[in-house]
Amino acid sequence: MATTVQAPGPARPGSAQSPFGDRRTSLGAKLRAPGFYRAAWMMVLGVAFAFALTWLVRMTTGHTTFHHFIDGEAVLTVALIAAPLMFLVGIGGFDYWFYWAVGRPTRPEDHSGHGAYTWKDYFRINTDHKVIGIQYTVTSFFFLLVGGLIAMLMRAELAQPGAQFIDANTYNSLFSVHASILIFFFIIPVFAGFGNFVIPIMIGAPDMAFPRLNALSYWLLPVGGLIMLSSFLAPGGAFADGWTAYAPLSTDMPVGQVFFSLGVQFAGASSIMTALNFLVTIITMRAPGMSFFRMPLLVWANFATSLLVVIATPFIAASQFFVLLDRSLGFNFFNAGAGGDVLMYQHVFWFYSHPAVYIMMLPGFGIISEIIAVKSRKPIFGYRMMAFSLLAIVVLGFTVWAHHMFTSGMSNWIRYPMAITTCIIAVPTGIKIFSWLATLWRGVLHLDTPMLFTLAFLVTFTIGGISGVALAMLPADIDLSSSYFIVAHIHYVLFGGSLMTIFAGVYYWFPKMTGRMYDERLGKWHFWSTFVFFNLTFMPMHFLGLEGMPRRVATYSTQFADTNLFISIASWLLGLSTLIFLYNMITSWRGGPRAVANPWRGMTLEWQVSSPPPVFNFDRVPTVVGGPYEYGVPGAVHGILGPAPAGAAAGAPPGVRLSRSE
Amino acid sequence: MPTRRAITTTALAALIASAVAIALSFVIHWFPVEASTQAKNTDRLYHVLVVASVPIFMLVVTVVLFSVWQFRMRPGEELKDGPPIHGNTRLEVFWTAIPAMILLGLVSYSFVVLHENERKPPGVPEIQIGVTGQQFFWSYEYPSSVTGGAPLKSYQLYLPEGDTVYFNMQSKDVIHAFWIPAFRLQEDVVPGITTHYRATPNRLGTYPVVCNLLCGSGHSLMRSAVHVVPPAQFRAWLTSQERSGSTVATASATPPGGAGAPGAIAGAAAG
Repeated sequence: MATTVQAPGPARPGSAQSPFGDRRTSLGAKLRAPGFYRAAWMMVLGVAFAFALTWLVRMTTGHTTFHHFIDGEAVLTVALIAAPLMFLVGIGGFDYWFYWAVGRPTRPEDHSGHGAYTWKDYFRINTDHKVIGIQYTVTSFFFLLVGGLIAMLMRAELAQPGAQFIDANTYNSLFSVHASILIFFFIIPVFAGFGNFVIPIMIGAPDMAFPRLNALSYWLLPVGGLIMLSSFLAPGGAFADGWTAYAPLSTDMPVGQVFFSLGVQFAGASSIMTALNFLVTIITMRAPGMSFFRMPLLVWANFATSLLVVIATPFIAASQFFVLLDRSLGFNFFNAGAGGDVLMYQHVFWFYSHPAVYIMMLPGFGIISEIIAVKSRKPIFGYRMMAFSLLAIVVLGFTVWAHHMFTSGMSNWIRYPMAITTCIIAVPTGIKIFSWLATLWRGVLHLDTPMLFTLAFLVTFTIGGISGVALAMLPADIDLSSSYFIVAHIHYVLFGGSLMTIFAGVYYWFPKMTGRMYDERLGKWHFWSTFVFFNLTFMPMHFLGLEGMPRRVATYSTQFADTNLFISIASWLLGLSTLIFLYNMITSWRGGPRAVANPWRGMTLEWQVSSPPPVFNFDRVPTVVGGPYEYGVPGAVHGILGPAPAGAAAGAPPGVRLSRSE
Repeated sequence: MPTRRAITTTALAALIASAVAIALSFVIHWFPVEASTQAKNTDRLYHVLVVASVPIFMLVVTVVLFSVWQFRMRPGEELKDGPPIHGNTRLEVFWTAIPAMILLGLVSYSFVVLHENERKPPGVPEIQIGVTGQQFFWSYEYPSSVTGGAPLKSYQLYLPEGDTVYFNMQSKDVIHAFWIPAFRLQEDVVPGITTHYRATPNRLGTYPVVCNLLCGSGHSLMRSAVHVVPPAQFRAWLTSQERSGSTVATASATPPGGAGAPGAIAGAAAG
């Protein structure tokens, strides 16, 4: 890949590649070229295929009357697989491999498609990691807004006990879609977005290892997200069994459940592709001198996360295929009356979904490490322990899944080892918190928006961590499992943890990604409103749970009315605070002051190139000569843009092997 | 501020904040009434957890606030860097080992409490009651060993105070969870298997019974109540139920605490 650093290839081909076509090209050419026109007729083909296949199968399997050859749910299920795949084919996600497979001349990647010159370039297959990074991030934030609006609707229903304006089934759909969208289509992919943009630059590479796979993995994301959202249009309503989709409730759901089962497959495939790409990129494409222990901790975090994704994600794919096969083809995996095992679903599901918690947290840890070092003007305290604790979390993350099942009726003995590992996994997490605190100590703290979100993260995530340890204690979990205490805990981890790091990261890399500065004053308003209303929303939920309020209920006992009204009001204000963020992002991106290359005086490589970075990131392959966080070390340099000067590479570069001092 | 004094100040502030917060945690009334011996044990565990957690939380908050106060960038320090401190092995070993020991201590204690909660208390009579969950109501079965005659099926849960009750729980459709917050106990009710737990009610009164696992559109209304009554009253209730004919053979009345009955929630809350 390093050989691809060269002058841009041939002149950019005309707008024939534009998904909207070009007024000058004929309709036939538009329909043949990769883009939305071709995707449209190919999707029609996909739906026709679904009709044909199910018709054929039902005819040959003993449905005697013609009327029964067509079955709505069967057609829909197959169409939900075929049509999205045909969309991806139409938009050009598979073109290279198809050409190769049929023996036609392939078009080698000449990077002529790199870069985005108009907004339309973000709506086509693009192999540039920076374009994909922005595609990922913006798409994910669209899903954040959808998920957040759904949450505000839920809080409206919960403002008072009894039914307000939606029925219980719709309410169940709302929280199910809320969680599914925000987990699978916001938190997990938004970190892939940051990683895509920043990691190749951080390690001194011109792009990701597999640019075509990267483009395909992005386009799976909006496809999967729209599948999940469109389940609201399904007869019988959207899936209403939570993001956990426990069988046999999920096998009894109306057809909306299929939208979840298949939406997850697209999100999962996207995750796996991106994770493989990160792993290969990080292992093989580091610039000269970038040893593993000179990598920024964000790179370490994405390395660890990608290991989790690659190993764990197939398990959720399996669990949802089981549900699909149970529903569609009567496999009876989870039908107790036919010898099925209901608890097996939960084991397979949580074997992914517990590591998924770390998939949603470790990249955030990486972001915090970057920001806290730069904004405290100090090296990360205990860099190696920070890297090792990430790996420890990866390993331990696979040993705790059944702590979600302490009250599930599984064999009693499993609870003991799982409770112990759940406690032990708090140790590496604690190491990270303490190391960040020690990094703050005696620094020179720049308290701007990214740093404020970082400091807030330290506090709110600690609350989520502590309530997590409390839930590892078996008698406590036996009381509180599935109560509102769990709702509070998960939001302190995913909002107080993940989302705080995401906001911190957006503000921190905004100048690099857009070439513009955001409005600091609006950023601070956004921070304070988010921090205050977040805590007012979720802190009282701990007490609701302790007092006996179950989660996932559309109505509740009158004794909880006052607290719930308070929470609802706080949650609406929390939702409104997002408007400040949106306004800041949009206006700053359109007309903010131009950003300099290195506004934060960071040492990592992404700050050594222009904002936004040039199309191929570096004009010359950079050389890494020191650690990434040598703030305060006189004359220390992390990387230089070009080959190392003679003699410098041989001798000990400054700032690498410093003795540890108090 | 010199380093040593900074550390002392922070530690002192964290200590005072922790002491205040722990004191508050004992004053505030957090939990619903304790209506079983298990609830007493679990609440004791809660208090231990609060005492162990608050200092850690306060330490984090204090260090953050102290750093913001003392180490924030002042005008003129825009280009200044902090001291290049890369780590301290002794400190890192310390904050790995101490939390690990605290956590292992806590989890060991939790096992002790769990054992206390799950064992059969010696010298206390134990009765078995069947619990059936189905969309969207609970029903209860008092076997012959309890009624002394024909088994009794009811939509009401009456328990004698002081006896230990062993629930045998089954589901007719999807997974439910049989949660009695006043007892601090729950377990899923799973199709295909029978699950169990043991409770020793020790306080008279009526307390909510809550389905605590999403089971469908009526989940939020799947409530019932547990009436803890003196043993004599329990026997009298059983007799009255038998006389009124709501035995297994004839029970067909709609569940009083079942789906959609608004009184169920209000009644349960009143307990």
